[in-house]
Amino acid sequence: MKHTLAVLVENRSGVLSRVAGLFSRRGYNIDSLAVGVTEDPDVSRMTIVVHGDDSVLEQVKKQLNKLVEVIKVSDLASEDTVGRELALFKVAADENSRAEIMQITDIFRARIVDVGPKSVVVEVTGDEDKILAIETLLQKFGIKEMVRTGKIAISRGSKKV
Amino acid sequence: MTTGSTEKVNGARALIKCLEMEGVDTLFGYPGGQIIPFYDELYDSDLRHILVRHEQAAAHAADGYARATGKTGVCVSTSGPGATNLVTGIATAYMDSVPMVALTGQVPSSMIGNDAFQEADIKGITQPITKHNYLVQDANELPRVMKEAFHIASTGRPGPVLVDLPKDIQISEIDFSYPDKVELRGYKPTYKGNLQQVKRAAEEIAKASRPIIYAGGGVITSNAAAELVRFAETIMAPVTTTLTGIGAIPTEHPLNLGMLGMHGTKYANYAIQESDLLIAVGARFDDRVTGKLESFAPNARVIHIDIDPAEISKNVPVNIPIVGDAKHILKALTKYVKCCNSELWLAKIIEWKTEYPLRYRKESDVIKPQFVVEQISEVCKDAIVVTEVGQHQMWAAQYFKFSEPRTFLTSGGLGTMGYGYPAAIGAKVGRPDKLVVDISGDGSFQMNSQELATAVQNDIPVIAVILNNGYLGMVRQWQELFFDRRYSCTDISGSVDFVKLAEAYGALGLRAEKPSEVRPAIEEAVKSGRPAVVDVIIECEANVSPMVPAGAAINEILDLED
Ligand SMILES: Cc1ncc(C[n+]2csc(CCOP(=O)(O)OP(=O)(O)O)c2C)c(N)n1
Ligand SMILES: [Mg+2]
Repeated sequence: MKHTLAVLVENRSGVLSRVAGLFSRRGYNIDSLAVGVTEDPDVSRMTIVVHGDDSVLEQVKKQLNKLVEVIKVSDLASEDTVGRELALFKVAADENSRAEIMQITDIFRARIVDVGPKSVVVEVTGDEDKILAIETLLQKFGIKEMVRTGKIAISRGSKKV
Repeated sequence: MTTGSTEKVNGARALIKCLEMEGVDTLFGYPGGQIIPFYDELYDSDLRHILVRHEQAAAHAADGYARATGKTGVCVSTSGPGATNLVTGIATAYMDSVPMVALTGQVPSSMIGNDAFQEADIKGITQPITKHNYLVQDANELPRVMKEAFHIASTGRPGPVLVDLPKDIQISEIDFSYPDKVELRGYKPTYKGNLQQVKRAAEEIAKASRPIIYAGGGVITSNAAAELVRFAETIMAPVTTTLTGIGAIPTEHPLNLGMLGMHGTKYANYAIQESDLLIAVGARFDDRVTGKLESFAPNARVIHIDIDPAEISKNVPVNIPIVGDAKHILKALTKYVKCCNSELWLAKIIEWKTEYPLRYRKESDVIKPQFVVEQISEVCKDAIVVTEVGQHQMWAAQYFKFSEPRTFLTSGGLGTMGYGYPAAIGAKVGRPDKLVVDISGDGSFQMNSQELATAVQNDIPVIAVILNNGYLGMVRQWQELFFDRRYSCTDISGSVDFVKLAEAYGALGLRAEKPSEVRPAIEEAVKSGRPAVVDVIIECEANVSPMVPAGAAINEILDLED
């Protein structure tokens, strides 16, 4: 079972290493981790996707909370959050295939952000399913490189974490 | 939010002032190149510094000081090898939740990351074994960092905090003023238990007919021993303690069942397995306590009182968690509970106690280790007992009669051989009024025997009684029982003459080779008022009994004296 955690932390050096160290030391599985500063420059926000059963998740939250530099841990339920990830694909492309790739890109509301003689770079934003879907379609052209940011998530409505 | 006026001082002087503001009176440490500025300022200060002979001992001594007094222990080392030598002591304190602040010198800020001489990333190394740690990057942060370090170390679930101090930070000038408050938005321990939960627990207790209290080191840490006993007497429930919980209830108290778990008493383990309500207080369901987890206390509902929410349901599912300080919660709970109907249950327990007592075969020609502990217990009543790790540690836990909390200091969680002697030094420094005895093994004593020099030089009269079996006995016992008596690398007989070793350091050395010599030797050591080592030659293949084999349920406990 996958869970998305929003973790507010002090914006200081070393905090990421503490959080990462906690996960490896206690043997929790991280699917992705994305981090950046928030509306308050002293606070960073991590979006961590973990999988495990309820008792593992409970332990993860409690152990995170024990870190002095962790300010708040929230479990974002999928129904009332918006989750997004950005991915870039470098896809093999020539005159023959470029048009078809552009078509796929349009359907997914993705963008081509670089065109070379033998490749294009496709930028796509979306939830995990969407990124997986476009990846599957692009595979037949040959994906030379792929990079993903990891999910970031925010709750719907005016509620704050 | 600061106290007093500001004053221009260098970083090292600021550190001393911070320590004074925190009420620190003693440091345990060892100098070196990157901490010289601090030691230079220490030269003019009133702080007592105990110079150890190995940094590991500085950490253990600070730990022993902290466990014996309840105050935060402080240890100091230089960078690199000095700091890495502290690691075992810090990890020991971390596992047993001991309040400690470790100060380490570090190479100058400008050189960090360049593999400078004696540089080690001690912040990175100690990240998983400290409650929190700091690398000071600006001397102006020193007062805040030190204030936070002591606050974090000593509040909530206590633990070690390390502060790494680059040399340039120690010599740069700052405007010193000490904050009187900490502001840590990510750190707010819960002390008062939720009243609703307390009431639910009281209802659960009223319904129980076979309740048992399982008390851990948290009871000692929270100074809740008196509250624990009152609570137990109010509900008339038996109490079993973990190794680190020893002293929470007097050994001789009629409700005390002694220790549970792998080398616990049979009756404590039986009582746990038969109970219908388990009240865990400041304990963490360690595997040495629970044995096979799935069959631990199979019939019991569980109330768990702990200050660390992460301990709740970590190993065993809990029905009623109460997060907070044991002292507060036990007091509150005692107000709401009534005596439950435990008469039949207590009768059953008395039956078990009579049928399955702790016992050993008495012999007149060899010295039985259990007999030695009984003799120490009689001669050194109310002493602080410190131990190393091994069979002697278990015999000390089983056969010494304790009457007060903070009188049994042992490395429970990490199981660190070499802990005892330096920790005994720390305990004696913190409690000079108390007799302090390290019940030691011949293997463990050799892990920090250089500290005899520390005891002698500083005139710290601790007594080490070595239960000398010529073996790494606990490992040998496992080899005997589970590895076909193949004693691979556990024979250490003839390592050293401990009497001469003691004398070489200027301490008193005594030996007992016959049962009749044991008591006089211990008495002489006590009377001498000097650092003393009593080498007691015990039966070499004595075993710790009873014993739950690894992986078995705790009622599958074997009596090896049968
Ligand atoms: C630092 C360290 N190394 C190894 C061990 C593993 N170990 C546990 S008990 C023990 C034997 C201890 O021997 P001794 O001090 O003579 O005590 P005895 O069991 O003989 O009473 C060993 C090697 C340990 N606990 N700590
Ligand atoms: Mg031995």
